[in-house]
Amino acid sequence: MKFRILMALLRKELLLMRANPFVLRVVLALPVMVMLVIPLVASMDVRNVSVAVVNLDHSPLAARLTAGIEAVGELNIAGGYDSYAGAIDEVERGRADVVLTIPRGFARDFSAGRMPSLDIAANGVNATKGATGASYVAGAVSSTLAAVAEAEGIVLPEDAPAMFNLFNPTLNFRNYMIPGLMVMLIIMICGFLPAMNIVGEKESGTIEAVNVTPVGRFTFVLSKLIPYWVAGLIVVAEAMLIGRVVWGLAPLGSVCVLFLAAVLFILVMSGLGVAIANVSSTILQCIFVMFACIMVFQLMGGLFTPINSMPSWARMLTLAVPPRYYIEIMRSVYLKGSSFAEIWTQFAALAAFAAGFCALAAATYRKRA
Amino acid sequence: MNSDVIIVRNLTKRFGAFTAVDAISFSVRRGEIFGFLGANGAGKTTAMRMLCGLSIPTSGSASVAGCDIVTEPEPVKRNIGYMSQRFALYGALTVMQNLRLFATVYGMSDADFRQSARTLMQWLDMESLADTTVSSLPVGWKQKLAFAAATIHNPSVLFLDEPTGGVDPITRRRFWELIYKVASEGMTVFVTTHYLDEAEYCDRVCIMVDGSIRALDTPAELKKKYKCDTVDAVFRQVAQTALRSADA
Amino acid sequence: MRDWRTVVIVLVMPVILLLLFGFAISMEVNDVRVVMAVDAHSDSSRRLAAAIDANPCFIFSGLVNEQQIEPLMRGGRADVALVGRNGRWQIIADASNPVIARSAAAYVSSVVTETASPQTLEVTVHTLYNPSLRSAYNFVPGILGMIFILVCAIMTSVSIVSEKESGTMDMLLVSPARPGLIILGKLIPYFILSCVLLALMLAISYIVLGLPFSAESLGSIILSLIYIVLSLSIGLLVSTLVATQLSALIVSAMLFMIPVIMLSGMIFPIDNMPQPLQWISTIVPARWYIEAMRRVMIQQLPLAAVWRELAMLGAMTLVLLSLAITKFRSRQ
Repeated sequence: MKFRILMALLRKELLLMRANPFVLRVVLALPVMVMLVIPLVASMDVRNVSVAVVNLDHSPLAARLTAGIEAVGELNIAGGYDSYAGAIDEVERGRADVVLTIPRGFARDFSAGRMPSLDIAANGVNATKGATGASYVAGAVSSTLAAVAEAEGIVLPEDAPAMFNLFNPTLNFRNYMIPGLMVMLIIMICGFLPAMNIVGEKESGTIEAVNVTPVGRFTFVLSKLIPYWVAGLIVVAEAMLIGRVVWGLAPLGSVCVLFLAAVLFILVMSGLGVAIANVSSTILQCIFVMFACIMVFQLMGGLFTPINSMPSWARMLTLAVPPRYYIEIMRSVYLKGSSFAEIWTQFAALAAFAAGFCALAAATYRKRA
Repeated sequence: MNSDVIIVRNLTKRFGAFTAVDAISFSVRRGEIFGFLGANGAGKTTAMRMLCGLSIPTSGSASVAGCDIVTEPEPVKRNIGYMSQRFALYGALTVMQNLRLFATVYGMSDADFRQSARTLMQWLDMESLADTTVSSLPVGWKQKLAFAAATIHNPSVLFLDEPTGGVDPITRRRFWELIYKVASEGMTVFVTTHYLDEAEYCDRVCIMVDGSIRALDTPAELKKKYKCDTVDAVFRQVAQTALRSADA
Repeated sequence: MRDWRTVVIVLVMPVILLLLFGFAISMEVNDVRVVMAVDAHSDSSRRLAAAIDANPCFIFSGLVNEQQIEPLMRGGRADVALVGRNGRWQIIADASNPVIARSAAAYVSSVVTETASPQTLEVTVHTLYNPSLRSAYNFVPGILGMIFILVCAIMTSVSIVSEKESGTMDMLLVSPARPGLIILGKLIPYFILSCVLLALMLAISYIVLGLPFSAESLGSIILSLIYIVLSLSIGLLVSTLVATQLSALIVSAMLFMIPVIMLSGMIFPIDNMPQPLQWISTIVPARWYIEAMRRVMIQQLPLAAVWRELAMLGAMTLVLLSLAITKFRSRQ
């Protein structure tokens, strides 16, 4: 009985989708666009760092330091300057990111075994590029100096610790981004579309025609959630396929675990979308609230910036941000091959949010004003 | 044995400081065509929305088809049909798809639906339009379809909110024939209108002014009481004191 | 515009975003969980453990078996592991997040070398303009760039289209008022709202987030005003091209929001992008706005230093505004 009503409502959703193919187009085209273009754009790798060298020493050693910097692939020399002011001018014109100052008497002090000092200034306008660029320059300088010191017999050669990068040996940022992009797609598609659908029914008045019938609120809300649930799974499958075919990234862990997580997370997002639409009175309100949620989700969920680097109050806040768990699951299963048993706590949290948000969607749906 | 299908006692709805419906009381008998008259903003639609379980009353009580509208809004909905002032069916769906949706929602079986849809469509002269997309229908046909969707499950009470708004006089005439027909089969019809000539077709009319009921009787009695020839003239007399502007 | 709930949302949302960006989001590497596996605990391993524990960037998460390292990382309970064999150290990093892996490993490695032998060279690194590397500095211009597109372009287009849908626009258009006047009447409320928003966001940036303030900072107001007019023109143009609120929204969101976030250099550096995308980014207004705002707000350069960006924004505004007005007129 209830089931027949639900099927009738679902049939209506399907017919409406067929009449207005916009939703279908978004579901099919957006993942392709996002998965093809964004991995090209989204790169935190710092490249093309321009270094301005203020050479006050004019020694062969200073020239070697400059050559050592130029040899690093990510760095290039913007030019040599006789004064710090000249180099800063280049920074202000946007032509240099890091300034290395080699003080007078640097080579002399170094050969004498005294501890000379070098000064590196990074342009903090772009914090990532400046800071990482500065550490590249520092690394290049110290390895040049270590080589020179060894050759001149000033210090004994020393073993640096060996490094192993597990799970992503080439440190490819793209591998890190791609599972995250799938999360972003679900956030956008499964959050916005159901919200738009409900606000649309409110504006056209059809929701009232349904409200005056004895349809149960759970039945109605389910009829809104299920289509986007299917759409979300199509999106995930599509994105995984593109990840595999175009970017050569296949999940190390089980695909079933990935889909289980997707099933839960889609419920979280569409439940939220429906709830927001239920309480908004206009399309604009709904969009702005939805947009704010999506921004907070993307920023606080660890999609672009690590949660670990947030202050502790913000980290506590992220516990209430559902995508945080989904992003963690996606990355663990994709890159580390984690099994369900190893990350079950994330699943538990996601399941709790899914139940909570769907209940919220049903609770905020008012048949009576 | 109570033959009153709708019983309203002191029903009130306030929006903030504004009292849209002010303690109205009346009852409607089974099979009656009950007309609700009033200017725009008099509170007709608000009162009707409360009776349909779409709006929660601020105070007072009412029962529709034996169910309390405050405590049992969902059972009320099983026994009523509602046609809103604004056309609210799915424009992208065909006539049949819309009817089937609402029939199923009211729990009709497929066989029942097919049968009543066939008779209803015949009756409304809409057979040839069964597979037409609703948004492409002219206004009059849309109204007929909305009427069909509200009556397909054969409710005991039918609420019509200005069903003839914006249609031509001939279609209006046809519409009232439909209303008579369902009423003759025992359906109670509760209809709001601001076309005063239509009031003459009702068994009883109730005139609302500024949220409260000013007059309630059969059209004949009203005319006698106010010594007028038409309900229109009665209304003019009763509504003289209206404070709310016509389009508030 | 009479809808106060929407206005409140529009004013509150950017403030929350700005504060979140300013205080919560940062690119620094912090609280890296380090575990250690050694064949035999020695003086050097104890010293290293103590050194790691003392470092604010690390959390020493205890001694483990070598076999446990991988499962710990798979479960997300450790970021870096130090393995000591015969007095030699090996660093294993969870590289699924390459940014953390790279800097954490470099960090641990420097701690290891430092503990093993004293330093021979002193390198001082300092940061210009943004000494504490506060990410707020990077994000403020980006947020402004995004918010104005959102408020001006999306709100304007959606509300004009909603008037089209309800028919009130036709009423205005048949009235004797000139179309230019009608456009102005539509845009001014949003312009005022945007100015209020601008004042609010700049006040928060300077007072709460502590961005450096000087006479040059006034340049940011001029830049922002141009950008607001530009965004309003976009909204007007979109409203002349689409028929329903929903499509206005989608066109604004797809054509403007995604490029603003992805191609403006707000999060991802432009010079890392493939060449074709870099070319595309030149037609994204936010790119020029964000670039100019960074220089003016953070480097505190005078407006003259960003004349190129200013010229681009001005040209784009003129083109879009005249296009929108012609389109709007021809609709009648």
